[in-house]
Amino acid sequence: MNALFYLLAAITICGGLAAVMLKHLVHCALATTVAFAGLALLYLQLDAQFAGFAQILVYIGAVAILIVFAILLTRGADLPKEGVFSSTWFVGLVIAAGVFAVLAWAVLESVRALPQHNAVPAVTVHDIGNALVGRYVLPLEIVALLLTAATIGAVIVAMHEKERPKP
Amino acid sequence: MLGEGILKGMAETAKNFFGSYVSKERMTTVEYPEERIPTIEAARVFPFLVYDGADWEAGLRCVACQICEKECPPKCIYIDKSKDKKPDYVGKQQFYPTRFDIDVSVCMSCQICVEVCPFEAIKMDNEFELATDDRFGGLLYDRKQLARSNEYYHSIHPTEASQVDARLGEEKAKVEAKAKAAAEAAAAKTAASAPPAPPTGGGS
Amino acid sequence: MATSRLFTNLDQIFILLRNWLVDFLPAALRPAAGIVLGVITIVCLFPGLFALTTVFERKGLGRIQNRLGPNRVGPFGFFQPVADGIKSLTKEDIVPFSANAVVHFLAPLSLVVAVFMEFAVLPMGRNMVLVDLNAGLLFFFSMSASTELSVFMAGWSSRNKYSLLGAMRAVAQMISYEVVLLLSSVSVVMIAGSLSLPKIVDAQNSYTGIFPHWYIFTPWGLAGFVMYAIAATAETNRSPFDLPEGESELVAGYHTEYSGFKFALFFLGEYLAMFAISGLGTTLFLGGWSAPFSFLTFIPSWIWFFSKVMLSIFVFIWMRGTLPRLRQDQLMNFAWKFVLPFTLLNLFVTALWRFMGDGWMRWVVCTVILAAAYVLMGRLSMRNEHFGPRRYRYAE
Repeated sequence: MNALFYLLAAITICGGLAAVMLKHLVHCALATTVAFAGLALLYLQLDAQFAGFAQILVYIGAVAILIVFAILLTRGADLPKEGVFSSTWFVGLVIAAGVFAVLAWAVLESVRALPQHNAVPAVTVHDIGNALVGRYVLPLEIVALLLTAATIGAVIVAMHEKERPKP
Repeated sequence: MLGEGILKGMAETAKNFFGSYVSKERMTTVEYPEERIPTIEAARVFPFLVYDGADWEAGLRCVACQICEKECPPKCIYIDKSKDKKPDYVGKQQFYPTRFDIDVSVCMSCQICVEVCPFEAIKMDNEFELATDDRFGGLLYDRKQLARSNEYYHSIHPTEASQVDARLGEEKAKVEAKAKAAAEAAAAKTAASAPPAPPTGGGS
Repeated sequence: MATSRLFTNLDQIFILLRNWLVDFLPAALRPAAGIVLGVITIVCLFPGLFALTTVFERKGLGRIQNRLGPNRVGPFGFFQPVADGIKSLTKEDIVPFSANAVVHFLAPLSLVVAVFMEFAVLPMGRNMVLVDLNAGLLFFFSMSASTELSVFMAGWSSRNKYSLLGAMRAVAQMISYEVVLLLSSVSVVMIAGSLSLPKIVDAQNSYTGIFPHWYIFTPWGLAGFVMYAIAATAETNRSPFDLPEGESELVAGYHTEYSGFKFALFFLGEYLAMFAISGLGTTLFLGGWSAPFSFLTFIPSWIWFFSKVMLSIFVFIWMRGTLPRLRQDQLMNFAWKFVLPFTLLNLFVTALWRFMGDGWMRWVVCTVILAAAYVLMGRLSMRNEHFGPRRYRYAE
C-alpha cells in the first residue's frame, strides 16, 4: 500500500516538475497530463472512484486538451529564442511558495479541525449524487450559473459581428 | 421531415447490398485475370512498329527519320540510323533503324509519335499487361520486341488499319504509275531519239 | 431439468472455464490469475474480432457499391487480414526527420491502451464483466476522453500540416460530441439509478409478456439512443463524421505520418473504439446481454451481447457506405444547435417519465413532447439552411 503510494506520488511530482522544467511548451502540457493522471491514480488508491474518474475525465479529457489548444492557437509550439526562464522567475517562485504554504496550511489545519476518522467511510457514487443534489445543491447551482455565464460569454466572443454597410 | 433523406439513402444502399447477391447484372466489375472485358477498338496503350510481309526485319516500315525521337515529350525513344540502305515498300532506297528502343517506364502513351510519323510505321497497341519483374532490361523494348505484323494491326484496329492500307496503296499506285509513265516516256524518248544522234547537254 | 442445466452451463461456460483453470493455482494467487485470464481473453478476442470486421467491412462496402470486395486470399477472401497484418508488420517504420520522436512513439500506444481499458467494465454476458466498478460508466467515459490526447499527440508530433489539422479537427469534434454522448447516457442513469453497467443491464432484464424492458422501447430511450448513435459515430470518427481523416482534403489526418505497425495500431484503436462504444450502447439502451424475447432466454447471454455489437457494427458500415462526409461547420452546427438541445430536452423528458409514475399517461406525454420537438427543430433547421456558394469571412 505504502509502496504504491510512494510510486504514484513520485509519478505525480515528476510530472509536475517536468511541466515546469521542460523547454518545449507542448511537452510541458503533456507532462502536466502525467501529473493529472498520477493524481487521479492517487484518488483511486484511496478508494475514491468517483473523484478519480472525474479527475481523468475532466482534467485529461478536457483541461489538458484546452491547454494544448491554447498553446497551439496562440504562440505556436516553437521554442522561444531568449531562453525559457523569464526574467521575473523570482517573483513567480515567491507566489508559488505562497500558494503552496496556504494549501499546506489548509491541509494540516483540516486534520486538526475535523474529527478523526479511523474507519474509512464507504462512499458510493449514489451517496455522492444524493449529497450533490441534496445538501450541496446551492454550491452546485452557483457553479452551474457560473459555467452558463462563461459559455454565453464564449458564444458572444465567437459570434459573427454584424456586417457593416460598405461606405 | 428531418432525417428522411438519410433513410431513403440507406434503403437504396440496402437494395444494392442484397441485389448484388441476387442479380449478376448489377455487378459493375469483373474478376479480372480470369474474366476480361474485350478491349474496345479505340484502346491505345503503348506504341509498336509495323512490318509488312513475313520477315520482321526486312519488312519494317520505319526509315529511321528520327522525327518521333525528337517529338517524344518524355524522350523515351532511342533510334540509331543505319549506314546502308534498303528498299522500302514502294521500292525506294531508304535507311532503316539498327536500333529502335522504347522505354516502357517512361512512355506516357501520348501517341504523338504515331501522329508525327510520315511513313505509318509506328502505331498504338492495346496490350496493357506490360508489368515485369526485371526493372532494368525488361522495361526497355528493342525493335524485335516492338515489331508487329500488319495483320496484327488489322486485328486490333481494323478500321484504322484498312484506312492506312488504302492510303499506302494509293501512294504506291501513284508512285508506280509515275514510274510507269516515266519508263514509258523514257522508252518513247529512246524510241524517238534513236535515229538521230543523242542530244548533248541540256539544250534542244 | 438436464437441458436447463446444460443451457446454464453453456451460458456460464467462460466463467466455469476460468474457475477450472484458476483452481490449479494456490488459493492466494487465484483472484489475480482470474483477472489476468480475463485480460488475456479481451486482448486476444477483440483484435480477432477487428480482423474479421475489416473483411466484413470491405466486403459489405463492395456489395453496397455492387462490387465483390476482397475474395482472393483464402476462401472468400477471409484471410485478407492475415495478409494485411503481415504487410503492416514487415513495412518500414518511418519516423519523419523533424518529428518529435518520443511523442510520436507514445501516441499510438497510449491510444490503444486507453481503448483496451474501456472493455474492462463492459458486461459481455451474465456475470461476465472484468471489474464491476461502482462508477463503471464514468470509467468508460474517462478512458474514451483520454484517447483525445493521444490523437492530439499523434497529430502534433508528426510535424505535418495535415496531421496537425486532422488532430485539431478530431479533438474539436470529439469534445463536442462527447458532451452529447455523456448527456444521452445520463438519461439511462437517471432511470436505472446506477453508474454500474451490470446493474443497468439487470434493470432492463425483465419481460412484459414476451417483450423485454429495454430502454430503447421507451420514448426517451429511443430519442436517447438516436442521439447516442450520432454521437458515437462522431466520437469514433466514422463516416459521415470522418473529417479528421478525410482522404480528399487531409491525406489521412492525424495518422498521415505513421507507417507499418504504428499505423496498424491506430487502425486497431479506431475499430476497438467502435466495438467499445457499440458495446456501451448495447448495454445502455439495447438491454446488454438480455435476450430480445422471453422465450429466447435459453440462448447463452454472451451470444446476444456479441450479436448486438456486431449488428451495430454493421449499421456503422452501412452508414459509411451511404452517407457523404460533412463539412466542418455543418458538423459543429449539428452538434451544438441540434443534437445537444435535443439531448437536453430528452433529459427533461426522462425526468418527467421518472416522476409521472406508471400508466399510459407518461407514454403519451413523453412521445408527444419528443415528436413535436423533433419536427419543430427539423423544420427550423431546414428553413435556416442557406444553400449556395460558401461565403468567406476574411478571405474576400
